[in-house]
Amino acid sequence: MAVTTHRPRPAPTGHARTRAGRRTGARRRRRAAALLYVLPALLPYTLFAVLPALHTAYLSLFDWDGVTLPSFTGIANYRKVVSDPQLRAAAWHAGALILFFSVLPICVGLVSAAIVARRSGRRGTVAVRTLLFLPQVVPLVAVAIIWRWVYAEDGTVNQVLRAVGLGRYADSWLGSFSWSLPAVGLIGTWVVAGLCMVLFLSGTQRIDQEIHEAARVDGAGPVREFWSITVPLLRPEIAVALSITVIAALSSFDLIYITTGGGPGNSTVVPGILIYRLAFGGGQVGLASALAVVLTAVISVAVLVINRLAREAP
Amino acid sequence: MRTHRPRGLAAPAVLALFCAAVLVPFLSLLLASVQPAGTPLTGLALPTHGIHLENFVHAWSRAGFGPLLRSSTVIALAVVPAAVLCATLAGYALATMDVPGGGKLYAYLLLGLSIPTEVTVIPLYYDLRALGLTNTVPGLALAEIAAFMPFGVFWMRAHFATMPRSLIEAARLDGASSWTTLWRVLMPSSRPAVTTLGVLYFVWSWNQFLLPLILIQDPSRRTAPAGLGFFTGQFDVDVPLLAAATLIVITPVVLVYLFFQRHFINGVLSGALKG
Repeated sequence: MAVTTHRPRPAPTGHARTRAGRRTGARRRRRAAALLYVLPALLPYTLFAVLPALHTAYLSLFDWDGVTLPSFTGIANYRKVVSDPQLRAAAWHAGALILFFSVLPICVGLVSAAIVARRSGRRGTVAVRTLLFLPQVVPLVAVAIIWRWVYAEDGTVNQVLRAVGLGRYADSWLGSFSWSLPAVGLIGTWVVAGLCMVLFLSGTQRIDQEIHEAARVDGAGPVREFWSITVPLLRPEIAVALSITVIAALSSFDLIYITTGGGPGNSTVVPGILIYRLAFGGGQVGLASALAVVLTAVISVAVLVINRLAREAP
Repeated sequence: MRTHRPRGLAAPAVLALFCAAVLVPFLSLLLASVQPAGTPLTGLALPTHGIHLENFVHAWSRAGFGPLLRSSTVIALAVVPAAVLCATLAGYALATMDVPGGGKLYAYLLLGLSIPTEVTVIPLYYDLRALGLTNTVPGLALAEIAAFMPFGVFWMRAHFATMPRSLIEAARLDGASSWTTLWRVLMPSSRPAVTTLGVLYFVWSWNQFLLPLILIQDPSRRTAPAGLGFFTGQFDVDVPLLAAATLIVITPVVLVYLFFQRHFINGVLSGALKG
């Protein structure tokens, strides 16, 4: 310990004390003011997003038709979410949609971004980027209407099939039990493929060209270069694309509501459609709420896992 | 030294393929909208009976898309400025001030990023109905502002965190209050960030479907996308009329997007990457 001279510490003068007091007072006022800045965001968010979500969790414990008095049933609704065949079908369809909304566009986006970046080293002109992003901007309701016609009996898809002599394969795609789910899924692919492509192209700008050139000097072919340079270095962008598209797949509603409404039969039913049907048509508000809670939990876990995987060192 | 980079046809071919895939569905919409009224679906066939622009007039007046567009505009005008302002204030405080429990508050706000609309819409309907706020502009606007807030706070906080501390310190030493510092010192150079947020909010508000579908049951107050959804559900749809109506509904967002395309694309891309 340092040598200290034992001199009595001068008593704080009145002046200093009030100044210190004023300083902590001012600090407290500043902190209170800082809170006031956050309040206008906090208030609507709490009242119209967080409380409703909690209210849904509460409603999920009741059997309620939306009109008469609700009766408490504990976790019975959750049991039903797990066991009911229709609800299980919805979960399977949401899983299948991940294939079309996430896996397919990310693969397509990665390969095409690699080709474009390798060949031209540019990220495409502004016009191309603007066009590729267009499906992100248009309301999904409009996208769904457009694609209903593309898939219709006399729509573009069948026209093309007939023109190239494959007319016998023409089908009413959205009305078919076996084709409706992939048909709807491919609309999702169409919507997000451009986003993935632009995201990956901007990511390739980050990668030092010298790494690519070094690999080429070492004799790496395009395939090797893709797997050992492009894919690992685009990890952050892939994680972003995954979280955006997985959320879009799991919580899809607009597209399916307009194109098939969940049909034919239940062949394209997804959680969003079921929640809507059960709560606002089926008089099963409690069950719809339980399904909504499970959906939110699944989405949160998925986002968490994707972010965890992205942070891990390759 | 640069090694020779092969300039084959692969890159332009891939880009052309992508662009064609995006354009063809829009092209078939455009072609359908100029057919004579009542024409069944024609796919990519060129109009052989002249170009019938009266479909747009009919969609606007007879099918009621004029009023639908107006109510969408009203909602967007209620949501965008209010949401941008709230997000700016909160982002500013969380990035530059000593907010009590600031870290926890921020985490609490970010939680909202993984709350899907499906989980809030059921009680919103029953609670807003009890308050007499269903079928009203404030009811829907508040629900949208709440849903958009997490991203906005995240975006503006990230923006203000990149501004030099010395700028804020200097303003404080000059005796400027935190309010003056925000509006006089920081906002003038924050225009790009604020514009981006405003553009994103406008597009999200315009395109929102589930919330207006449920919170607005009165047909005369529906928003444009909800009106489109209702129109599609009707039996025996007039294809050229619906095509024209769809084009009318997407025109405002597409125009805003084309005008601010760099803001929009950068917002989506960097907003996602900063996460």
